[in-house]
Amino acid sequence: MRWLLLKDLQILRRSPLLIGLLVVYPVVISLLIGFALSRGPDKPKIAFVNEVPELQQTINVGGDQIDIASYSDRLFERVDPVPAATREEALQMVEDGEVLGALIIPEDAGRKLQTAVALGGSAEKPTVEVLYDASGPLQGQLVESLVDSTLAEANVAIGERITEVSAGYLNILLDGGSFSLLGQDFDILGLAEAERILGRQAAQLPAGSTERAELERIRRFAELAVENLDFSDEILSSISNPIDVKETPVGSSGGTTLESFAVSASVVFSLMFVCVLLAAGMLALEREEHAYGRLVRGLVSRGKLLAEKVLLAALCALPVGLVMLVVVALLADLDWGRAPLWTVGVLATGLAFGALGVAIGAVAREVRAASLLAFGLSLPIAFLALVPAGTVADPLYEVIRVVSAAFPFKPSLLAMDAALNETGDMWPSVLHLLGLTAAYGVLARVALRRFG
Amino acid sequence: MRGVVTLHADGLSKDFGERSALRDVSFEVSEGERVAVIGPNGAGKTTLLSLLAGLQRATAGTVSRPPEEIGWVPQQAALYRRLSIRENLRLFARLERVADPDAAVDRALELTGLADRAKDELSTLSGGNQQRVNIAIGLLADPPVLLLDEPSSSLDPRQRAVLWDFIDGLAAGGTAVIFATHEIDEAQRHADRILVLGDGELIFTGTAAELHAAGGDDDLVVAFVRVLEAQGH
Repeated sequence: MRWLLLKDLQILRRSPLLIGLLVVYPVVISLLIGFALSRGPDKPKIAFVNEVPELQQTINVGGDQIDIASYSDRLFERVDPVPAATREEALQMVEDGEVLGALIIPEDAGRKLQTAVALGGSAEKPTVEVLYDASGPLQGQLVESLVDSTLAEANVAIGERITEVSAGYLNILLDGGSFSLLGQDFDILGLAEAERILGRQAAQLPAGSTERAELERIRRFAELAVENLDFSDEILSSISNPIDVKETPVGSSGGTTLESFAVSASVVFSLMFVCVLLAAGMLALEREEHAYGRLVRGLVSRGKLLAEKVLLAALCALPVGLVMLVVVALLADLDWGRAPLWTVGVLATGLAFGALGVAIGAVAREVRAASLLAFGLSLPIAFLALVPAGTVADPLYEVIRVVSAAFPFKPSLLAMDAALNETGDMWPSVLHLLGLTAAYGVLARVALRRFG
Repeated sequence: MRGVVTLHADGLSKDFGERSALRDVSFEVSEGERVAVIGPNGAGKTTLLSLLAGLQRATAGTVSRPPEEIGWVPQQAALYRRLSIRENLRLFARLERVADPDAAVDRALELTGLADRAKDELSTLSGGNQQRVNIAIGLLADPPVLLLDEPSSSLDPRQRAVLWDFIDGLAAGGTAVIFATHEIDEAQRHADRILVLGDGELIFTGTAAELHAAGGDDDLVVAFVRVLEAQGH
């Protein structure tokens, strides 16, 4: 057995491609993940603008002061706040990709909250604005869910505090007690005690007298008030959303929902596997079948052989991609009028992934090695392309952006998203894909010369 | 007796980095002539054939015909196993831009004696039959020169006999045949002329009788080894 083991190790040592896949690949992936975990911000960066004047930072609930700013601290537990002076500055930061989104508390927020509290929630609620980077729906979804959940917590906390204070006064109203207002102490009898006094007084009056009947009516009112105000805590707690949120997408893909994006992503994932594996495998097969030498000695040029494989991948991408989209369109809401653009997107995607496939097939001489390399290379690059801006450290994101631009997944995703969801101009992405097709074609040609 | 020269290799050399695989090899081949290229392992036989076939570019030297005019039969069957015999032949006939591909395919099937199995997938054929299809593809364009790299290496004796009858028939029809082989006996029986390569150099050109004489032995294998030794190989 040890000799077999030695033999296998020798074979491995002489197979640089396999070594690369088995050793270098996991090391690179681990480094990337480790780098992301160690250098990445724990919290996404969110620009924060507080336009509320200093004097309105607290609201008064029946004499108790509630500091609104203390509730923003809850948000900062989950995000990395980047202070901005104005909404415009925050907007620019989102557009530049410096932050994932922005939270803007408008000037009138404190005043409106105070009014809403004073009028028992019947007045206009204050509205905070959330700007988010909508160039990709994942970013938007991330900010939306983050801000939504945090604001919901803040809403609950403020609501609870208002309910608590209001409920205290209701209790005084019900059971009696004392409270202070503007430096004066007030002693309140309470409805329950009033009912009892009225009951006693009514009992001393002659039965059938007009005074007794009127006192009885007042006692009955007090009794009903006591019974019904017992439920007031629950009614007050229903005022659980004192703050409204207005969401404003920033960026060209403002119309893409996560569901629409999932359709584009699933199509691009499928096309990636079909085209890369097909082109890489079919080119490697020419050599595995020993036909490559016979072909390129004058029957077909190497360039034409590569072009044929890329074209094959694109032609196979067409039915695969279009069948997927037609099925989705039958079940979901896709605009059939944009079908010609779907075709362009699928073809451009097929060409670019086909070209990547032939580059892989030119390096790997066997079908199995080509398939393994195609899988190993495509998957992490596809996942890298889905990493939203602002979720990892800036230098790492720059690396991810460059890597994503050098492979067809990201531009394919943008092209298909634009074709399906009318999220912007798809032609820059199509040109990007055609450029990548040419670049990988050249790489494949060089690799064929080197390894052919 | 040699006829009209159909192929002329002049000063062919091939270097792989520091290593010289072939050095200044020159020879001519005539119409209908069968030429065997023999030599020990690593002598440069396959390199010489691959230069003649246009598979590799020579570091120096020229070949009088372009690769398109030379039929090439690699040692391992260069065919598509998932295609039938007819589909393989038709594909290569089209790639060779043969004037009438269907006629060329029928002719090749007749030559190989596999017409009744034309629709069979190649993967179902024996090694010998695959080699016959392999050779037939090299002949589709009716080339004046046919190169074969160790054509009988994977065949049993009966299949070898059929193969050599086939090749001898081609030569009789005027096709110049150049084949590389390890089998000295085959070279003696089926070659009109023998080229002996040693360490990339052409160290002998002549008939089997002339090789006997040069080696000073009636046994051609012994004579071959003596010629090599005499040249310091």
